[in-house]
Amino acid sequence: MDQIRESLLKTSVATKKERFGKTITMAALILIGLVVISIFYFVASKGLATFFTDKINFWDFMTGKTWNPSTNGSNGKPQVGALPMITGSFMITVLSAIVATPFAIGTAIFMTEISPKYGAKILQPVIELLVGIPSVVYGFIGLTVVVPFIRSIFGGSGFGVLSGTVVLFVMILPTVTSMTVDTLRSVPQYYRESALAIGATQWQAIYKVILRAATPGILTAIVFGMARAFGEALAVQMVVGNAAIMPQNLTSPASTLTSILTMGIGNTVMGSMQNDVLWTLALILLVMSLIFNIIIRLIGKKGELK
Amino acid sequence: MTSSILTTENVKLYYGDKEALHDINLSFPEKGITALIGPSGSGKSTYIRAINRMHDLTDGVTVTGNFMFKGKNIYAPTTDTVALRKEIGMVFQQPNPFPFSVYDNVAFGLRIAGEKNKAVIDEKVEKALKQAAVWDEVKDVLNKSALSLSGGQQQRVSIARTLAVSPDILLLDEPTSALDPVSSHKIEETLMNIRNDYTIIIVTHNMSQASRISDRTAFFMDGNLIEISPTKELFTEPKEQATQDYISGRFG
Repeated sequence: MDQIRESLLKTSVATKKERFGKTITMAALILIGLVVISIFYFVASKGLATFFTDKINFWDFMTGKTWNPSTNGSNGKPQVGALPMITGSFMITVLSAIVATPFAIGTAIFMTEISPKYGAKILQPVIELLVGIPSVVYGFIGLTVVVPFIRSIFGGSGFGVLSGTVVLFVMILPTVTSMTVDTLRSVPQYYRESALAIGATQWQAIYKVILRAATPGILTAIVFGMARAFGEALAVQMVVGNAAIMPQNLTSPASTLTSILTMGIGNTVMGSMQNDVLWTLALILLVMSLIFNIIIRLIGKKGELK
Repeated sequence: MTSSILTTENVKLYYGDKEALHDINLSFPEKGITALIGPSGSGKSTYIRAINRMHDLTDGVTVTGNFMFKGKNIYAPTTDTVALRKEIGMVFQQPNPFPFSVYDNVAFGLRIAGEKNKAVIDEKVEKALKQAAVWDEVKDVLNKSALSLSGGQQQRVSIARTLAVSPDILLLDEPTSALDPVSSHKIEETLMNIRNDYTIIIVTHNMSQASRISDRTAFFMDGNLIEISPTKELFTEPKEQATQDYISGRFG
């Protein structure tokens, strides 16, 4: 009797194991949460110091067109207008997404609808390989192939938004394609069958039913690609020209938030105004990636409701 | 019996090397309902999918035999499957409206056929929904997503979508097996409603459904057509022992 009583009151081995497991997963979760929060805190405190400690006007920063943090302008204030980089980043992101989308959708349709066998056997591994190529390799190819090519056609140095777009287009294409493929594969087979069963051609079934059913997923794929393009630093930096001026046209040297950030961060002293403004650029990047994330969530939610 | 709109002779179908249908001979008079019954895996669905060449979508399926539809060979190399499927429409087991509005669903077949006149589409959509006996329930929600309807309503919208292109033959592959009894009953009403306008071939697991709605019933087993008779006859005095065993519930 006492034995039973004791075994009921004492914690069993199984319970202990369960607690142990729960503690470990919880600890992992807390650790990750702390990392995210501290990154946000760190970047935000540094980035906002530009406005609070160095007393730079927020609006001047966002809309100023001259970037030269080490010298003061004629009005005696530091020249820290981030608009050229913001413009450069957005131009390259949007342009590369616009160019990549039709190719991605076309490839994905071929892989899932027109030739699933060939698609799964050959194209799938190729695309997975492309995703895994380090960005420095893309940048290097851009530098040695794309830049001279654009120089020979449009003149100028060849560095600029157009080169950046071409390189990023190739970089985000596999990401957007493979996500679009996943979306198209998840469109129920009976949509295809019932479209064909009432006399649709294969093409009509694809663009009237399948693409329409897959629209939320395809949009998510595009936004994902844009997020990747927006945050890409190395490859873009190698081909964009890194001149912190407003892009005059697609082939004049320009810069992006990431390229100025990577170029400048080693040359400034921590805590100085020159350093703080770079943190502000980082903060803009962080906020933008947050916004891309929110957009993806919203699209996903809307897709669920239908 | 009137002349046949569809005749199939010596139909064999292979999945790879495996013969799934053995020498099926069946013909269908114009109008009326023919029910195909039989245990699972007996080849009923396989057979009707061969009629509008849905097997073309699957690799490794070979169909042999004669399929004559209004005097034309369905499997002739020159047959346009797109045109064929406009005349032989199909409704599937799962209610599967497209993720569009009710109206766009039913108008889909008309629009892909090139119909542009809004008034004509309006009229045909309404007619099809009325034929499918779902008009009264959806006439106020035509612009709402068809996916927001109940399963039974979705299935009737799917039927209306097929009817809108005015096929000669309507193939139904177990259209009520995913539905509750009340919705099933509504589908049966729908079919009774249109039996005089279309040649209907319905695959069903539900024997009482076959006996309620069909004019003729065909019994399939193991890829063979065991017998086909007027429905009343098949259920009261079947010619074959296997049919007798099946309808009296000895197996299946």
